[in-house]
Amino acid sequence: MPGRYSISRDDVAHVAMLARLELSDAELDTYTDQLGAVLDHAADVAALDLAGVPPTSHALALANVLRPDEPRPCLDRAEVLASAPAVEDDRFRVPSIMGEAP
Amino acid sequence: MSPAGATPAPALALADAIRSGERRAVEVVEASLAAIAERDGELHCFNLVLADQARARAAEVDRMVAAGEDPGPLAGVPVALKDNLCTRGIDTTCSSRILAGWRPPYDATVVTRLARAGAVVVGKTNMDEFAMGSSTETSATGPTRNPHDTSRVPGGSSGGSAAAVAAGFAPLALGSDTGGSIRQPAALCGVVGMKPTYGTVSRYGLVAFASSLDQIGPFATTVADAAGTFDVIGGHDPADSTSLDRPTPRVLSVLDEGIAGLTVGVVRELLDGADADVVARIRAAAEVCAAAGARVEEVSVPEVALGLSAYYLIAPAEASSNLARYDGVRYGLRVEAPDAASMNVATRTAGFGAEVKRRIMLGTYALSAGYYDAYYGQALRVRTRIIEGFERAYRTCDVLLGPTSPTTAFPLGERLDDPLAMYLSDVCTIPSNLAGHPAISVPFGTGGDGLPVGAQLLAPALGESVLFRAAAVLEAGAPPAGDPGAVDPGAGGAVTGEGAR
Repeated sequence: MPGRYSISRDDVAHVAMLARLELSDAELDTYTDQLGAVLDHAADVAALDLAGVPPTSHALALANVLRPDEPRPCLDRAEVLASAPAVEDDRFRVPSIMGEAP
Repeated sequence: MSPAGATPAPALALADAIRSGERRAVEVVEASLAAIAERDGELHCFNLVLADQARARAAEVDRMVAAGEDPGPLAGVPVALKDNLCTRGIDTTCSSRILAGWRPPYDATVVTRLARAGAVVVGKTNMDEFAMGSSTETSATGPTRNPHDTSRVPGGSSGGSAAAVAAGFAPLALGSDTGGSIRQPAALCGVVGMKPTYGTVSRYGLVAFASSLDQIGPFATTVADAAGTFDVIGGHDPADSTSLDRPTPRVLSVLDEGIAGLTVGVVRELLDGADADVVARIRAAAEVCAAAGARVEEVSVPEVALGLSAYYLIAPAEASSNLARYDGVRYGLRVEAPDAASMNVATRTAGFGAEVKRRIMLGTYALSAGYYDAYYGQALRVRTRIIEGFERAYRTCDVLLGPTSPTTAFPLGERLDDPLAMYLSDVCTIPSNLAGHPAISVPFGTGGDGLPVGAQLLAPALGESVLFRAAAVLEAGAPPAGDPGAVDPGAGGAVTGEGAR
């Protein structure tokens, strides 16, 4: 069973980067403690021998749902773009993605 | 529309009076708005009160009645909506800075169905940010207070909806329940709250938290009103690919059928860790079932003890994926930065609160290379075990009974800085979400502190009929207001609510 701090400060910094979050040093300390406590609590689950038990990702047996390939009304473009932080030429405008051209 | 017999249904009775012309919707809605204006400054149930829209809608209902048209089974009934249910052109914030001011371009299916039934939406209710919390304290708009004791939390995450019904602001409200977010606040506020079978109520237009667990359900002051509301919002919806394409149980019409001859199982593991006064109330609820002719037996479902750990891996994992969409590009907050990647980071860092960040990181970690099998994979296998445990119990039992929450309403701030203590608030409600089963919390007296206790009934998938029948029995047999309750020293269970493992 993993001890306290089964997640390291470096691990927390890494998942924050993956999740596109920036943490201060103080937040890194706090989250390392708090996530460690939750993961320690989950150690009982991690330690179970469940070989041969099938995983359940969903309580229902899901099947793909299809509909006839026919045109039908969709969301109003102006209404959708009205919610966007920035718009140009009927499209979502974002800051540069690739950097300046050479 | 009100059921036969003596079952009280104030919201449905109100609708009947409006449909018959005996009362006018505009007056009913005005009374609701006046109650909100009077006390919501203190309680903060609402993020947004829709006074003008509600008045216009009520006038339309009255016009229909005058013209001989039927506005529907909820004609003119004020309803409060949790602020994660999309309302076209009306702010839908999830109590998060990242969605402040966002106006959805469509209505949730439940919103459309309520409107078709004649209901009048009076406002959008406060909640834990993105429904992540058990006290409504993680809201970016500030906490909601419990109407029974304003120094206490209303529970969460649908705390605004629960408190709005408890305070008499509206006789009906909708919430969402991912790990107990309808039932736990219903218990703590002394109202009825129900989580339907996964797939019976459309999630279209419910802002996603953990998609395999989220369900929308009703709050009401009585079981019959909750049943009537479930009948209105339930049923297949092609817009939700997880919506069950099979008949949804109709529950209002079966409410008075009783539970004579059925077997009620009191789940030992749900009592473990509950406060002694809560346990005593649940024992008394079991006696009410026995007096109604049910066979009552104690059952053990040891797998439910693993539910909390499994849930706090699965729900954050799904949340980390669902909340990736808040990137500052298409809607919601954007914090400007020189390039798109730093704009994403700056937006999410400023837009999400501490609990949402915690869950996103927990989920990202549980899904990351090297830990996926140990945490997320194991949790999914535990989920299988929990479903098997319930299947075993339902071989001998028709319905299961336990507490909704291990404690009554706790003081504001008590658990906010201790995530694990907060998560333990959900220990009794989580198993039903993992299994996809329906469950309901019915007010059943008070604890030693005079605050409401909720009795929780659980049923197998699509077992809503037996669930509501048993709920009606508990409601009829609940202790009268002011009953001090006896703490049964032989009741078993630990003496504190914190030792729920």
